Amino acid sequence: MEQFTHILLLFASTILVNNFILVRFLGICPFLGVSNQIGTAFSMGMATTFVMTLTGMASWLINTYILEVFNLQFLQTVIFIIVIAALVQFVEMFIKKTSPALYRTLGIFLPLITTNCAILGLALLIPSEGYNFIESVIFAFAAGVGFTLAIVLMAGLRENLEFADVPGVLKGVPITLIIAGIMAMAFMGFSGLISM
Amino acid sequence: MKFLKILKNGLWDENPTFRIVIGMCPTLAVTNAAVNGLVMGLATAFVLLASEIIISLVKKLIPENVRIPSYILIIATFVTLVDYILKAFLPGVASALSLFIPLIVVNCIILGRAEAFASKNSVLDSIADALGMGLGFTWALLLLSIIRELLGSGSIFGVQILGGWYPQMAIMLLPAGAFISLGILLALMNYISSKGVK
Repeated sequence: MEQFTHILLLFASTILVNNFILVRFLGICPFLGVSNQIGTAFSMGMATTFVMTLTGMASWLINTYILEVFNLQFLQTVIFIIVIAALVQFVEMFIKKTSPALYRTLGIFLPLITTNCAILGLALLIPSEGYNFIESVIFAFAAGVGFTLAIVLMAGLRENLEFADVPGVLKGVPITLIIAGIMAMAFMGFSGLISM
Repeated sequence: MKFLKILKNGLWDENPTFRIVIGMCPTLAVTNAAVNGLVMGLATAFVLLASEIIISLVKKLIPENVRIPSYILIIATFVTLVDYILKAFLPGVASALSLFIPLIVVNCIILGRAEAFASKNSVLDSIADALGMGLGFTWALLLLSIIRELLGSGSIFGVQILGGWYPQMAIMLLPAGAFISLGILLALMNYISSKGVK
């Protein structure tokens, strides 16, 4: 039971309190780039969540069974980026073969995910936080859900912004950043919710 | 002459932060103190310079199909180097920047310039491009971090500028302040450049 509560708290705190985009500043590029429409934002979120969960597993396994055993932690950055690039490529090929419909929705986002700093950030965070395997997977999945939540909320706001009369100099990225700031303030309200 | 033109391109015309708006994660995350912004900017500039030199030297040797993975490997090597150098010589700043030093690998500016510039141009031009883009990124980060540190803790580079009367706005040091101040700064840059056109 205690274990279960702990996992649940980790899940909730990763989504709300330590949101990857709004609190940790990881994955800002897709957050600004792919948040024009709710539909595409949601697909991007799903693709990222999927790759993140796999990356979380891979990161923990590689770190525990290869890097720590052979004392190769200094290669962390190099190894993780190669693993992520290979993983994304593999997922792309797998989806293309098994589900062409899904490939049409997620396909264009997959190459972008390799250079999404949320993924490499996640891979590097897992060893430094000292999570076990289950915690790593939950943490990775929750990070993806938090990413999706933030990007979909932002897309919803931006769809409505289309009808607003925004001053010329603020159009595009500046107003998006200011809205993100206000969202970050709202998320600060969660910070006292869970103390871990 | 061409060297200076490419240099100015990165510093102003195509400034990665203010004009193209890439590399936003470190821009927002580490600019809560001027010294962090400066070190982050210079670290990125160094990785950019070293990678562009190497890539423009070996561009003929790398097969077309595997160029992106090769570039990433070259970049990751220099990032690891910077990571360990900073940890050894500037441990305080390195722990403040923590995750964002290894994340230079996935900074779109570096791979973007490697692919768009260094893979097509001579070594000398690539050096100019790397210096322009790197220093363009550095001054953008420095400006943003000076504004945030001044408003948030009333100091610049840790030296108290504003006296005790100043109500320190802690929000400027938090994520919300980062987003809002960068948004306003970008709007200001748009305003300046639209004036320049007229």
